[in-house]
Amino acid sequence: MLKLLDGPQTLGRGKIFWSCFLAVLAGALIYPLFADSYDVGNFAYFLIWIFMALGLCLMWGYGGMLSFGQTFFFGIAGYGYGVLAINMGGGTATVAALVLSVVIAMIAAGILGYFMIWGGISGIFFGIVTLSATLVLAFFLGQTAGPEWHIGPARLNGFNGMKGMDPLTVGSFDIEGSALYYLMIALIVIVYIALRMLVNSSVGNVIVATRENPQRAEMLGYDVRKYQLLTFVIGSGLAGLSGALYTSWGQFITPSSIGLPAAAMPIVWVAFSGRNDLTATLVGSFLLLFGFQTITVYSQQAALVLMGVLLLATVMLAPQGFVLGIGKLVVDWWTRRRRRDEGPALADTGRLQSDET
Amino acid sequence: MSAELFSVFYQFADVFAFLILSAAGLAIVFGMMGVINMAHGEFIMCGAYVTVGLVNLGVPLPIAQILAAVTAGIIGMIVEFLIVRRFYKRPLDSLLATWGLSLIVTQSMLLIVGSAVRGIGTPEGSFAIGGYTFSTYRLVLFGAAVAVLAGLYIIFMKTRFGVVARATMQNAAMAKALGARTGRIYSISFGIGTALAGLCGALYAPTMTLIPTMGATFVVESFVTVVIGGANVLLGTAPAAVFLAMIRMALNASYGQIIGQIGMLFAVILIIRVLPEGLSSVLVRRGR
Repeated sequence: MLKLLDGPQTLGRGKIFWSCFLAVLAGALIYPLFADSYDVGNFAYFLIWIFMALGLCLMWGYGGMLSFGQTFFFGIAGYGYGVLAINMGGGTATVAALVLSVVIAMIAAGILGYFMIWGGISGIFFGIVTLSATLVLAFFLGQTAGPEWHIGPARLNGFNGMKGMDPLTVGSFDIEGSALYYLMIALIVIVYIALRMLVNSSVGNVIVATRENPQRAEMLGYDVRKYQLLTFVIGSGLAGLSGALYTSWGQFITPSSIGLPAAAMPIVWVAFSGRNDLTATLVGSFLLLFGFQTITVYSQQAALVLMGVLLLATVMLAPQGFVLGIGKLVVDWWTRRRRRDEGPALADTGRLQSDET
Repeated sequence: MSAELFSVFYQFADVFAFLILSAAGLAIVFGMMGVINMAHGEFIMCGAYVTVGLVNLGVPLPIAQILAAVTAGIIGMIVEFLIVRRFYKRPLDSLLATWGLSLIVTQSMLLIVGSAVRGIGTPEGSFAIGGYTFSTYRLVLFGAAVAVLAGLYIIFMKTRFGVVARATMQNAAMAKALGARTGRIYSISFGIGTALAGLCGALYAPTMTLIPTMGATFVVESFVTVVIGGANVLLGTAPAAVFLAMIRMALNASYGQIIGQIGMLFAVILIIRVLPEGLSSVLVRRGR
């Protein structure tokens, strides 16, 4: 099992990497002791979006499926959590609401994915069909302002957004503030480790093989459509997890977190970070979210312009992603320095070869 | 009876015009270069703003609309030269690059121009058949959509440029070997595509509120029409628009706009399951 953590599909392995990983984790765990509760809440807010980015990284970087529909599933689960939490009442039922809303998002992904993948849609069209679905959902929710749009006692409220659901609660203990922060940290570690194991497992190898050449993978006897659907459901389910946690965090969700420009944000994070690696996506998305939030305080438009510039710059200057590129430079420099006396530096033979072996 | 029939035709023509005008530019760029221009909506917005700006300066509406289309075409050719040109070999990256551009343009417009601009009213004029009154401008839009299709037919089937362009579309390397300047053809095609987007914005500018995010209103319709239509504008986009307009018209009439849009999306998702390469693949196969 542990061997899967250090497989060929993920960068960063060996003692140095995992020591850094543990150091960052330890830093994250003691952070609330030093910061005030407002900052901790803000940090928890950044962490909410990480799941969506990791899901897109899995679909796009590993599976080769560029989905523009992350906010579609974010919205389904976000509204799903709200509707379920209001209807089932607060308390421990909110945990069931969270799980159920993610399951609903995954079922939606299964249905949409079935039609697209079995229909042979790939490449560009995969993106624009998912984006069309996303925009239509946003338009639909935007016009649900009237009192006739309700599910049980839950009013959808159009552009003003749905509110009034309880936050995640276990017994009588509300998971808010630093409790929510610790929950996020735990979930991120679990999801990150689980995804690392998934992509390095035999299933992950088939997923990557499908990205490289679907026909060849099919010739080797794999039904690539099933693997693609699995990837799509997992990746979209992670977007759903982000959505449900978001609604629980703010007790509020509006259609603007589904439509444009929100739909472009996961693409920017993952493209900028480096879609081919989970660690790069984790680090890069966090940095971008932090930067975006800092600028948004002054001007939301300026922050979004910057996101557009970053996306354009990434595609034109570093198509593999900036964080991944910088990470590789550092690793290359490090290995070269260590190997200088032992022989010629290793040539950069391939995309995922810059480890220390 | 004839009044009811005309009313049905009028509703069909309204949706059909919207689909054709919003999708034609996108379809040309996709058909020629295999690139989906994510900034399509922003070129539509550009056309609308230029039209309203010129009309407010006192330019007559039709001339303002033509100038707006030309402006969008020129800006499109500049964008092609600076950005899109690099990505013909990497279609997915072109999607991202133009999306980045779209974000930059929309949000900068929000920063600079602000959220709303004083619009110009829909040109007046209506006529009555039986007990119903109809707006003349909606029929003008339908006429414009048909004219766009006719114009594209002439450009691509009857001119020398069209022959070379179709050759480039079929096999760019071979066309280049035979002396076609494919780079210039791509540039002109992109310009035609964005000019048509600008025309769409110019034509719809009098009928809607001008906001920098107005492009989003058009993109769903243009995306789904191109997805269903496939790579061929005349044999794909036009029949796809007829088909989608019929579904949309039926749903709009009984359940309203948003259900019409949702129904259209469901129809598209069902169709791609059956015809992944779009309607034009079926029609082209029949034609052979």
